[in-house]
Amino acid sequence: MLKPKREGEVRIPSGCAIAAIMDRSGCRHDGMDILRSIALMHDRGNGLGGGFAAYGIYPEYKDLYAFHIMYETPEARMATEEYLGTYFMVEKQERIPTTDVPSIKNPPDIWRYFALVHPMKLNMSGLDEAEYTMQHVFHINAGIDGAFVASSGKDMGAFKGVGYPEDIGEFYRIQDYEAWAWTAHGRFPTNTPGWWGGAHPFTLLNWSVVHNGEISSYDANRRYVEQFGYQCELQTDTEVITYLFDLLARRHGFSQEMTAHIMTAASWDDIDRMPPDEAAFETALRTTYPSALVNGPFSIIVGSEEGLLALNDRLKLRALMVAEKGPMVYLASEQAAIEVVCPDAQNVRSIEGGVPFVVQLDEVAERKRQGSTENSPADVALTHETGVMPPRRKEMAHA
Amino acid sequence: MLDYVLPRYKVMRDVDLCVECGVCERSCSNEVHRVDEDLGRVVADHMKCVNCQRCVVMCPTRAISITKWPQVDTGSSNWTLGYMQDIAKQAQTGAVLLSSMGNPEPYPIYWDHLLLNASQVTNPSIDPLREPMETRVFLGSRPGMLKVNERSRQVVSAMPAQLKLDVPMMFSAMSFGSISLNTQMSLAMAATELGTYFNTGEGGLHQDLEGYSDHAVVQVASGRFGVDPHYLNAGAAIEIKIGQGAKPGIGGHLPGEKIDAEVSRTRMIPEGTDAISPAPHHDIYSIEDLRQLIFSIKEATLYQKPVSVKIAAVHNVAAIASGIARAGADIIAIDGFRGGTGAAPKRIRDNVGIPVELALASVDRRLREEGIRSTVSVVAGGSIRSSADIVRAIALGADAVYIASAALIALGCHQCGDCSSGKCNWGIATQRPELTRRLNPEIAAERVVNLIGGWTHEIQEMMGGMGINSIDSLRGNRLMLRGVGLNQKELDILGVKHAGE
Repeated sequence: MLKPKREGEVRIPSGCAIAAIMDRSGCRHDGMDILRSIALMHDRGNGLGGGFAAYGIYPEYKDLYAFHIMYETPEARMATEEYLGTYFMVEKQERIPTTDVPSIKNPPDIWRYFALVHPMKLNMSGLDEAEYTMQHVFHINAGIDGAFVASSGKDMGAFKGVGYPEDIGEFYRIQDYEAWAWTAHGRFPTNTPGWWGGAHPFTLLNWSVVHNGEISSYDANRRYVEQFGYQCELQTDTEVITYLFDLLARRHGFSQEMTAHIMTAASWDDIDRMPPDEAAFETALRTTYPSALVNGPFSIIVGSEEGLLALNDRLKLRALMVAEKGPMVYLASEQAAIEVVCPDAQNVRSIEGGVPFVVQLDEVAERKRQGSTENSPADVALTHETGVMPPRRKEMAHA
Repeated sequence: MLDYVLPRYKVMRDVDLCVECGVCERSCSNEVHRVDEDLGRVVADHMKCVNCQRCVVMCPTRAISITKWPQVDTGSSNWTLGYMQDIAKQAQTGAVLLSSMGNPEPYPIYWDHLLLNASQVTNPSIDPLREPMETRVFLGSRPGMLKVNERSRQVVSAMPAQLKLDVPMMFSAMSFGSISLNTQMSLAMAATELGTYFNTGEGGLHQDLEGYSDHAVVQVASGRFGVDPHYLNAGAAIEIKIGQGAKPGIGGHLPGEKIDAEVSRTRMIPEGTDAISPAPHHDIYSIEDLRQLIFSIKEATLYQKPVSVKIAAVHNVAAIASGIARAGADIIAIDGFRGGTGAAPKRIRDNVGIPVELALASVDRRLREEGIRSTVSVVAGGSIRSSADIVRAIALGADAVYIASAALIALGCHQCGDCSSGKCNWGIATQRPELTRRLNPEIAAERVVNLIGGWTHEIQEMMGGMGINSIDSLRGNRLMLRGVGLNQKELDILGVKHAGE
């Protein structure tokens, strides 16, 4: 029998529906609204992938990594649990509760683990905690056949699989979870791999990304991030966009907004019209991070512990709407998907091309206002000697 | 001694069209054509013809064409006429065979086995007439990461000096001496208008070109001709030439007859003396020595100019390029074995080095594996023939390309490969005043600007078709390429899939 190749073995372009709901005040809401919102955009998916990411769902374990892991075989589970036991201290593990849904066929065995990093192993690794966790997630995904880490953040989780998003939501009983932010994804892949690991949102640490589009810069972006230890196993746009966010925001210390700006940099035409100082700033960003520029049609919603960020490509080739009501913010590929859950939403507008739309938790926004405005890179190893005059030499030259 | 060497070309003259005007005679510095008063017609000395086609273009009645000398060989695939003629020449002279321009042998041209992608349905192609289509490129080293103040929008990191190219191509090194001042002037004017750079080659910067020095890359080669602090600081960047694709591993020799007053002053050597570039730099016998020269130059220019290191594409090119990056170079220029030259020993030109496509792909991969690709720029050269070759080179990982032969062809060069004789009828590879004045720099510059303008439009069209609106997203984007007619090893080295995959 002809067997289609899986995500990761082949690159599969896909179109999609995306949606998100967030409460800036941090109040938590169940998954009913996001389910109705994404269900309205049924026609934008084709039943080959759907999923949700939720933030704030595990308050009782909020300092532990919550690993959602899918297993195709019992052997994969044994190998993974042994691996996790070696590098982490698992406080609690359980099967993620699910409901039988007729349209969901052959689901994998899905577990979650609440775990601390092993302090000795972390110390010996020479990595920081996030980097350590990321490397082990990469190891499980690439090294253990039949196991896939669906999410690996704290106080958050991804619920995804093969099927229409509304069916996937029902399967995972997302109405039973309460979160301050929800994102959702309905997928229209142009190929039929039917693999649960390949569904979206794609997540890494606290990042989750839902994406609609097909980026034409994929290989340039991939080859850039692979230099820094990211493994593009799935060959998807969402995956590489997540890694770009992680590289620039977590490791290089930029704000999420600046990270999004680097990925949708100002055009040279605009830079040429700027005052010299501003032009120098934009030029430095573009010339240092040319391979982080994301090209081609995309609309993405990035979730993190800070809140949500929505971004469209520079030419605005994909639809993405935003609306607000009180502390609530709604995002969706189609306006109707917002109005179905919030008929009296205000400030309904489309996200502009290349202009990041940022929603932060009120407490995060307040902390940022008081914090430093310089980025503080986490990763000194990335610095490279460049052709700039050594400081001591400079003093002599000007003397 | 009887000379066994046969003519290479035969001059065909349509006597019905020929009006015996004598233009061909005056056009030809090789003295092929002669109006024979006694015979009452124009005759040709076929032996002297190099097929530069100047007479063909100049003949007002289109009476002239050039054909191959109609001598058949023996039918042997082994002892071809070419090899036999080379032996005849060497038996006659005992000398090394000299040649010019690029390797003409039928080695694989990988550009011709790489096909470009275009968008259909799942993402839209972008129309360059409607949307901005960015071809600007910066060359030089870059910090691995940037420190900025986000609120005041200021850069905190020190930024190294960089070259700004409005088009992803520069004119590669051709020295004054090997080409005429008018030719250099044409390229300097074109580079200035196009927002890119020309390269002085190793022959110094002539004072007449100082007005264009903002658009000059000044070269430091093993002969160190014309190098002083003023020269280093005059250009926009400095290039250390280690090697050249047409003649890897050997130096150069400009005979004393060509060292006239102007060349002498520019190269800073006595008039009439031979200008010899040694095979190696005698202060660079290893990679650590290169580092010292790079930083000597940076010190001499107060770190205000990017330093490029140009090497010929040879077998171990990836490791060498990595060493160059770690030695502190800001730009690595790789010159493939089809790159042109004013003069090179034929056996070297035709047998040494590797194709730039493979070299470029390997260098790009190695630098990425080491995590330093984003901090250094890579420029590829060595026979870029069209805008499609440029798109391929960038997708294989180049930041920009060097072009020289194509620019000379735009000026009139017909690739006859006789540069070393100094009798270039197109006024390019010569210092003879009666020939150099055939090239009007203003008209010539316009031809080059036209060519690069046309290529830029084509690059924009191809990028738009791929759904890309900035050259930054094409760089290293090998998914935009598919190989055709290549074996698995070749595909692996190039890092591309086969068409249909």
